[in-house]
Amino acid sequence: MAIEAQTLASLKQTAITIRKDIVKMVAEASSGHPGGSLSAADIVTVLYFNEMNIDPANQNDPNRDRFVLSKGHASPVLYAALAEKGFFPREELMTFRKINSRLQGHPSKKSLPGVEMSTGSLGQGLAAANGIALAGKLDKRDYRVFTMLGDGEIQEGMIWEAAMAADHFKLDNLTAFLDYNHLQIDGNVEDIMNPAPVDDKFRAFGWHVIIIDGHDMKQIDDAIQEAKQIKGKPTMIIANTIKGKGISYMENQVGWHGTAPNKEQLQQALEELNGGKQND
Amino acid sequence: MTKIATRDAYGKALVEIGEKNPNIIVLDADLSKSTKTADFAKHYPERFFDMGIAEANMIGTAAGLAASGKIPFVSTFALFGTLRVGDQIRNSICYPHLKVKIAVTHSGLTLGEDGASHQAIEDIAMMRAIPNMTVIVPADAEETKKVIHAAAEYDGPMYIRLGRPALPQVFDESYTFEIGKGTVVNQGSDVTIIAMGVMLHPALEAAKILEQEGISARVINMATIKPIDQEIIIQAAKETKGIVTAEEHNIYGGLGSAVAEVVTEHAPTTVKRVGVNDTFGESGKPDELLEKYGLTKEHIMEKVKEILK
Repeated sequence: MAIEAQTLASLKQTAITIRKDIVKMVAEASSGHPGGSLSAADIVTVLYFNEMNIDPANQNDPNRDRFVLSKGHASPVLYAALAEKGFFPREELMTFRKINSRLQGHPSKKSLPGVEMSTGSLGQGLAAANGIALAGKLDKRDYRVFTMLGDGEIQEGMIWEAAMAADHFKLDNLTAFLDYNHLQIDGNVEDIMNPAPVDDKFRAFGWHVIIIDGHDMKQIDDAIQEAKQIKGKPTMIIANTIKGKGISYMENQVGWHGTAPNKEQLQQALEELNGGKQND
Repeated sequence: MTKIATRDAYGKALVEIGEKNPNIIVLDADLSKSTKTADFAKHYPERFFDMGIAEANMIGTAAGLAASGKIPFVSTFALFGTLRVGDQIRNSICYPHLKVKIAVTHSGLTLGEDGASHQAIEDIAMMRAIPNMTVIVPADAEETKKVIHAAAEYDGPMYIRLGRPALPQVFDESYTFEIGKGTVVNQGSDVTIIAMGVMLHPALEAAKILEQEGISARVINMATIKPIDQEIIIQAAKETKGIVTAEEHNIYGGLGSAVAEVVTEHAPTTVKRVGVNDTFGESGKPDELLEKYGLTKEHIMEKVKEILK
């Protein structure tokens, strides 16, 4: 079912809220990863606010859809979505990365409601998603499993072990997103260890591959719906994204992978997200 | 007396728990005939997954299964189930405290002919150092059976170290296993031998010979290396003149270290360690290797006498 205009407008508004929360959290913590959180924000918004069957009031529902943030350093985008969804109070976002907080630097399943798997050590989330998808098959439940990988992350060998297994076990209930923003800590992904051609690699591993603009919500939604129709194999949605998307001075800048904005930069970021208007 | 390998007992026990509990899932990395998970695969093919030679994904998949209510038992050789996948075990299983049981076989020198590349002698040190992990080393077939049944019920990550060679049976059906509890298998008052796994039988044989020589050696089977039974160690430290530990593992970081930690803090006494002396093994028959690397009843007796000197 195609996404309606009204829904689209509302999702766009939610994505702005999530982006604001991301920069606020990272600025408040003076620590964290804004670039890769912002590049993933539109996808996470569509998943949590249009697609996934999840309910904070029934968190352990065995039939719920699952999202595993394999690129765990993008925790701010996950936390912002979970708070907006009602898994914990929004105020708690400001405890991110601080002592005694449930909002760990990287997502901890044990400490925070809504986190389906502890991630952060790169390469491990896809395998966990495989396990969750396999359990769904075993139990004949029709939930869907979503995961998001970083483009630097797929340099990890374990990703390719997991990619092979997802096809081998015909995990068509698994949809992965690749946040293809082309930047990793040390520079351009292409210069550090080029994973291209990513589409051919995943196809060769047996996956159905869809390439989209990862900031076009209609394309994101269309790809998710297409993946549901694919039987017998997992789907990789390669989302071309912009690291730091939405904040002019962060966009495509490698320096904003793991750097927090200062007060003035935060102010500017919030104004830009407000469409040039004074921040709320 | 028939000798049985702990891996054989494991294979049988898996089928038993699999029958009782439909949530038991078994994963193996192309070694199911050796690890004996093939029995389970035969009985419950829909709940057995051969993950190929890709241990990292096997551990991660087990984490996902456990997060979805399954109880995965993950098997391969000890080396590949620990050192190969340390980060995966730590971050995907132990950190989120998931109910995954890593039950490995072919541990230690007694793996034999494959040689040092396959002989894990560091695995206990590594597993013991990860928070939330429980570490268990059964000493014979009966104990293995009880351990596997307990593991299926236990709510958390567990490392179970099994072996390749056929071992003499020490325990009979009346034996009860409890996680975190050591067992006195031979009463004694002069000195204490604390052994695990393959080394329990030589420890008992040493005690028999020592008895003939007028030395009364208490023998404790320490099946749970973590959380270790402090009480039984402290009691032994206080009631006997010293402790000899015996393990098929590096002397660094294993049973000897764990016992020494307890003794040092709570009841200082002499602890002498019988184990692999921080060296790699080599190819050979299990008994030849145990002899060459100092893991026999004679080596245990020697340490006992050093304490009593």
